Amino acid sequence: MQLTNRSKQVSNKQMTLAERIYLPAIATGMAITIKHFFQKKVTIRYPEVKRYLGPVFRGRHVLKRDAEGRERCTACGLCAVACPAEAIQIVAEERKKGEEHLYREEKYAAIYEVNMLRCIFCGLCEEACPKQAVYLRHDEFVPVFTERDQVIWGKDLLVENMNNRYLRKAWTKEEAQAQDDAKVRGEIKEVEPRAIP
Amino acid sequence: MELTAFIIKAIVILVIFGLTLLIAMYSTYGERKVAGFIQDRLGPDRAGPWGLLQPLADAGKMFFKEDFIPAQANKWLFIAGPCLAMLTALMASAVIPFGSTLRYDGVEVAVQAVEANIGILYIFGVVSLGVYGLMIGGWASNNKFSLLGAIRAASQNISYEVAMGLSIVAILMISSSLSIGDIVAQQHGGNWNIWYQPLGFIIFLTCAFAECNRTPFDLPECETELVGGYHTEYSSMKLGFYLFAEYINMFVSSAVISALYFGGYNYPGMDWVYNQLTGAFGNVAGHNVATLLGTGVFFAKSLFGVFFYMWVRWTLPRFRYDQLMNLGWKGLIPLAILNIVITGLAVMFLQPALTAMLK
Repeated sequence: MQLTNRSKQVSNKQMTLAERIYLPAIATGMAITIKHFFQKKVTIRYPEVKRYLGPVFRGRHVLKRDAEGRERCTACGLCAVACPAEAIQIVAEERKKGEEHLYREEKYAAIYEVNMLRCIFCGLCEEACPKQAVYLRHDEFVPVFTERDQVIWGKDLLVENMNNRYLRKAWTKEEAQAQDDAKVRGEIKEVEPRAIP
Repeated sequence: MELTAFIIKAIVILVIFGLTLLIAMYSTYGERKVAGFIQDRLGPDRAGPWGLLQPLADAGKMFFKEDFIPAQANKWLFIAGPCLAMLTALMASAVIPFGSTLRYDGVEVAVQAVEANIGILYIFGVVSLGVYGLMIGGWASNNKFSLLGAIRAASQNISYEVAMGLSIVAILMISSSLSIGDIVAQQHGGNWNIWYQPLGFIIFLTCAFAECNRTPFDLPECETELVGGYHTEYSSMKLGFYLFAEYINMFVSSAVISALYFGGYNYPGMDWVYNQLTGAFGNVAGHNVATLLGTGVFFAKSLFGVFFYMWVRWTLPRFRYDQLMNLGWKGLIPLAILNIVITGLAVMFLQPALTAMLK
């Protein structure tokens, strides 16, 4: 019975003279390596040139605002429940009078913290959120941090900046391809990761 | 008159040694670049334009690393090892004819540090001393792994020196001279030894690789069966000397190969170029320009040899030690002897017949 068509008949044939003196084989190998010498290099100069990571890359978190700049999060806690690493901490608060321009609904997250050392960037918070408030950006990494007090990210770092709104430009493979092309043409600029204050 | 010759010679010697050191320095950069290109990556490109300052950065790093001598090591021999390796590598470059002659004020000076008429013997003598560098380094470390590595390195070098010496005998039979200058001069007019000695060339090339401890024969250093080889205990610039000696060896051996087999400073259409130059610049200046051009050709050939070393390094896998010994003793030495016999017969019978026929 044949399970795959990859099986190969093993032979025990004697090597020919050309094979036994090895020099032709060495010449072939040399030809292959010298061909690589002139091929296009696959590496890029990383910090200056960055590759597009794809539409489904899960980078740093963002707490979305709506079009009027109000926070969408209602502190329901589903993201924290969904989080397998238990990286999310939420403290809910009631919206006061006069804060309608800040928060979309009556309840909001007074404290929303993500522990960046615990987070595994699985994206389950994103899927759990009923209000489409939390996203993992596809275009930004979490910047490198060196201090322990930079591990826990509060709302100051998470909530969306209205001047640098996060929009997913590509959701399908074709859109991602178009985005890659736009990137090559220089129409899409790199979004610099925000520095930690 | 004497003084002019002396000054020219001094300049020639300084330039030759300076260039040898510079080339050895930049072949470390070249190696990384070639490795990068062959592996489809870029290689060093941070320090300076295209990474050209990388060797300086490497040297700076070497200087600032901790210079460590093990407590139980033999201190003086421990220091002497890398110096010896470096010294022997550099000494060999003394008799290589980098060009024909320079003329100035009626004086004629060869572009060669020493015009020794036993050039090849000298090179073999000096190169065989290089074994002491490795052996002393391994022994003085007082580390059994280093000692084992040094013994391996020494036995490898000695074995391949035998085949190397035998492969050169055929060339000496053809040219009937021990002076490398003479051998190069005889290859004038496309009469390169590679056409007469293809087998000898392959043997010599293989042995040169083994002598320089380059892949596929880089068994003196290995992490798998020994900890690091004969230089396990070495750090900072002393290790740098060992590595540097390897690169000098590479350059010197490819210079020897190009002198012995590829006509040295000879190149096709040399006479025509010479006549053009002497016509254009006058006898003395034209001669000097032609000599410098020949020197450039020689360096180009040698540098291609260095590139070839790197090319091979990123192509061929390493030998196992018993394979290495088998190849040396059972493969190359019999082949070299066969080559001597064939060359002997050719020089004895074929050459007189051919000369008679051509007359």
